[in-house]
Amino acid sequence: MSQRVTIDPVTRIEGHLRVDVEVDGGKVRKAWASGQMWRGVENILIGRDPRDAWAITQRICGVCTTVHALASVRSVENALQLELPANAQYIRNMIILAHAVHDHIVHFYHLSALDWVDVTSALKADPAKAASLAESLSNWSGNGKAEFTKVKERLSDFVGTGQLGIFTNGYWGHPAMKLPPEVNLIAVAHYLQALEVQRHANKVVSILGGKTPHIQNVVVGGVANALAIDSQAVLTVERLLAVKDWIDQLADFVKNVYLIDVAAVGGFYPEWTTIGRGIVDYLSVPDIPLDGKNTQFALPGGHIAGGELASFKEIRTHDDVYFKDGVTESVKHSWYEGGKGPLHPYKGETRPQYTDFQDNGKYSWLKSPTFYEKPMQVGPLPRVLAMVAAGHKPTVDYATHTLELVSTVAKTKVGLDALHSTIGRHAARAVICAVEVDELARQWDLLLASMAKGDLKTFNKPVFPKGELAGVGIHEAPRGVLSHWIVIQDGKIRNYQCVVPTTWNAAPRNEKDEPGAYEACLAGTPVAITDQPLEVLRTVHSFDPCLACAVHVVDQHSQPVVRIKAA
Amino acid sequence: MRVVVLGVGNILLSDEGLGVRAIERLPLACSLPPQVELIDGGTCGMELLEDLESLDGLIMVDAIRAGKPPGTPIRLADDDVPIFFKTRLSPHQVGLCDVLASLRFLDRAPGYTTILGLQPQSLALGMKLSSEVEAAMPELLRMVMCELAMLGLSPSPINREAI
Repeated sequence: MSQRVTIDPVTRIEGHLRVDVEVDGGKVRKAWASGQMWRGVENILIGRDPRDAWAITQRICGVCTTVHALASVRSVENALQLELPANAQYIRNMIILAHAVHDHIVHFYHLSALDWVDVTSALKADPAKAASLAESLSNWSGNGKAEFTKVKERLSDFVGTGQLGIFTNGYWGHPAMKLPPEVNLIAVAHYLQALEVQRHANKVVSILGGKTPHIQNVVVGGVANALAIDSQAVLTVERLLAVKDWIDQLADFVKNVYLIDVAAVGGFYPEWTTIGRGIVDYLSVPDIPLDGKNTQFALPGGHIAGGELASFKEIRTHDDVYFKDGVTESVKHSWYEGGKGPLHPYKGETRPQYTDFQDNGKYSWLKSPTFYEKPMQVGPLPRVLAMVAAGHKPTVDYATHTLELVSTVAKTKVGLDALHSTIGRHAARAVICAVEVDELARQWDLLLASMAKGDLKTFNKPVFPKGELAGVGIHEAPRGVLSHWIVIQDGKIRNYQCVVPTTWNAAPRNEKDEPGAYEACLAGTPVAITDQPLEVLRTVHSFDPCLACAVHVVDQHSQPVVRIKAA
Repeated sequence: MRVVVLGVGNILLSDEGLGVRAIERLPLACSLPPQVELIDGGTCGMELLEDLESLDGLIMVDAIRAGKPPGTPIRLADDDVPIFFKTRLSPHQVGLCDVLASLRFLDRAPGYTTILGLQPQSLALGMKLSSEVEAAMPELLRMVMCELAMLGLSPSPINREAI
């Protein structure tokens, strides 16, 4: 007999995502992903000046703020066909990359590692053995026996007080926890080191963006950073040197700790390379533009059908009609007025119609986007596969290196095919993070070289003509493809739609009743203990869910932080 | 000596933001010694880590759901502080609890922590405090000033009307 399990909310920090699964014979048979919060920001924007949209849309969320600011200015610039100064692109690129690196580190260590790491098991570890294991995998300076001994002592005190705080949502002692005590101890030590390192990425965003969360420096037409070689009041070489120092420290951690840890966890959980495959139609977009017209990119993207790299079709520019014509959203299973079939975002409508949770009807505030009528998976995995298919050498090298490490730990050959999985999404995120931290350093070099040539320009003034214009702002955000679609009439916003990464991944069923990526990936996931559905959380967390922007405030205050109901 | 008065809350949800409102009003009511830093923590979580490192004292101001009549002043200190975080009397704890636990784990926890607040009346959408909470705000400011005085950092009142 099947049993229904509801997890609400799913995320470790943000709320708003509910997942229902029907479990039968120890496996998930059917799943529903539901956004539990209305967003509504699109309706706020109608009638406003397009130059203000970025400041408003980034308030969609308090975490991934920069991505919406950038997608928004890009949509207006695309509508105006406005070219940007190269320096503006470099500064925006550095913000994008630093934000992404921050996001990936925090997601792995602080938001999802506890799905795999049993903190209490670390208390049984031998610090000397942990040190020799860690040193065999990486030459990171924080891997010594003294460090691990200290962390174990602190952990023991901490557990002794009963105030577990950060670790309270962990499923300790669950049969699906399989790391040896030493690996658990290494992971806890790196959890703490990651707390130290992640702030460097935030500082890069703050210095360049004016503040974070919610950067202040972008404008339609460029950035508001005044560049100078010597003035103290603006972005100087001295400040940029501080930025470079943080970038170097981030690079050290990402390559020598994060990438290694993900590979080690993957090696100890080989069964998870076959769980969570789901939708293998992948979508990513190119980003980190190298020219003012968004036609040349450091990091490629595109569409892969059926998980076959040979099918890769590149999206070449941010004005590529292949992307622009392919996106539609259905509201058949979403709490909106519908009846018109899937709509292109330029024609998208946002009129709420709440019905309560109906298994076969409407059950989510998320719309259901498709690309040429097919549901897609977006995020680091689709992007890594696209970049490998495009022959992007740094990605190929880091992916190969990671899979070799996984193979060493697992003592069996693990190939690229293992990436189409729950643990594969974590591995891909670490690979992309390594690529991004290198690209961050390169964008820094490009900015400095441009300044050295005497080019200090950061802004081109936009001019709004009479009549109707439409544009799309495309961005490959940490969680995948983000697009903002704007229609401008006589210099005012007439329509605005945000199609965000988590809308793609956490989408409800579409017009043809096909499941979205979370729903499809959960099918077949084993569940050992129905009221402790750790395995379900592992698969959903592997997407790095962030729902504030994906849904169009249910009262989180009156609910316990995680409600698990096995009915 | 370094002491932080941290106001937390979501000002879009009426009484939910009373901690932030207290921080906004405090400098209008009194002048604070230089060792005291006021931080509007809003709905932040881990971003606050660096600001709260190795403090001598942390005074948190927040809406506290204690099942008391609206506007009731509440002070949690010593052994009650962990209970605040364990039983999740406030929705920010997911973030703040993580910050404080991480600080302990990093050996950089504040030497002394108190939590001051009021029982909220309404958490509905809106930027104004409820009348019950509004009426109790001067009392809350006085509690913060007393707390500072106990740490030897007496503020000097500049506007008796405000308190």
